[in-house]
Amino acid sequence: MASLKELKGRINSVKSTQKITKAKQMVAAAKLRKAQAAAEAARPYAARLATVMGSIASKITVSESSPKLLAGTGNDQIHLLVVANSDKGLAGAFNSNIVKAALVAARRLRAEGKTVLFYLVGRKGRAVIRREYPKDILAMFDTTEVREPGYTEAEKIAAELVTLYEAGKFDVAHLFYSKFRSALVQEPTEQQIIPVPAPKVAETAAGSAAVEYEPDEEEILAALLPRYLKTQLFGALLENMASEQGASMTAMDNATRNAGDLIGKLTIQYNRSRQAAITTELIEIIAGAEAL
Amino acid sequence: MALHFELVTPARLVRSDDVYMVVVPGTEGEFGVLEGHAPFMSTVRDGTLRVYKAEGSQPEEIQVQGGFAEVGENGLTVLAEHVD
Repeated sequence: MASLKELKGRINSVKSTQKITKAKQMVAAAKLRKAQAAAEAARPYAARLATVMGSIASKITVSESSPKLLAGTGNDQIHLLVVANSDKGLAGAFNSNIVKAALVAARRLRAEGKTVLFYLVGRKGRAVIRREYPKDILAMFDTTEVREPGYTEAEKIAAELVTLYEAGKFDVAHLFYSKFRSALVQEPTEQQIIPVPAPKVAETAAGSAAVEYEPDEEEILAALLPRYLKTQLFGALLENMASEQGASMTAMDNATRNAGDLIGKLTIQYNRSRQAAITTELIEIIAGAEAL
Repeated sequence: MALHFELVTPARLVRSDDVYMVVVPGTEGEFGVLEGHAPFMSTVRDGTLRVYKAEGSQPEEIQVQGGFAEVGENGLTVLAEHVD
């Protein structure tokens, strides 16, 4: 049985842990609102770009001469898995879910006889992937210096990916991130980003008939593809950020509640032992008095 | 008689108004868009977008970097990577 002093110490330490988790929970809630707003603000651009992509892609038949980003390298031997994680922990299973999804895909591709490489964004998840595939990490992108990954980061990542792609380092790229459903539900998602999957064509019957292009369709498409890639990466980063905050909020809420339960239990134990000590003392005094 | 003009960046919707005319710095030369312009699409070079609120008024200048301009039934949409 722990002594009174020990129990008191434990109660205090759990209390201070609870304070931290509570603070983190509130911070996450505030950041979640911001991240959600950012994700919402990015939607118009993505939607319009997809429409433009769709209408151009529908006019061009994919052939040998099409930009590589759309047509592919003609191979699908080397697969690059782009895994987007966060830099900070304290977000429950957020990062490990993404990594798990990536590892499952890696195993599946390996079983099909493909070569699998990794491109890691964010600090978390590096250790796990490095342990399983120590030699297959092609590159890492560090986001620790920026507070919130934004469009500049998406641009850099996209540029790096395109360079690697053009250097023939990989044939197909998949992106792994966590889609934000709600504060409670985040879905690890896999998405092919290179070659760019042609978006579904939303045909606007009247308008698309006589669109004039300047310069011609192919050149516009060539300029559009890297931009489309950037937008998709940017969208994924935003979704990831919202998911991270959501996951963090839920995890910290649970932690706060658990700490509360633990404090309750420890307090009962503390009071019991205090009462037991008093009773023992009383018995000793009474016994002593009777003996006289 | 107004042209619906939207300026969108990846981070947000910067402008969405009805204006008289917009002059866009296209890669193959500047072009002005008025209401009723034929469907048109062009890449945009880094430069100044000039927005005329009304006929003959002083233009409002917006610096844009890289992107697209699309003229459709719903007016002019400029997708720019950066806006100052």
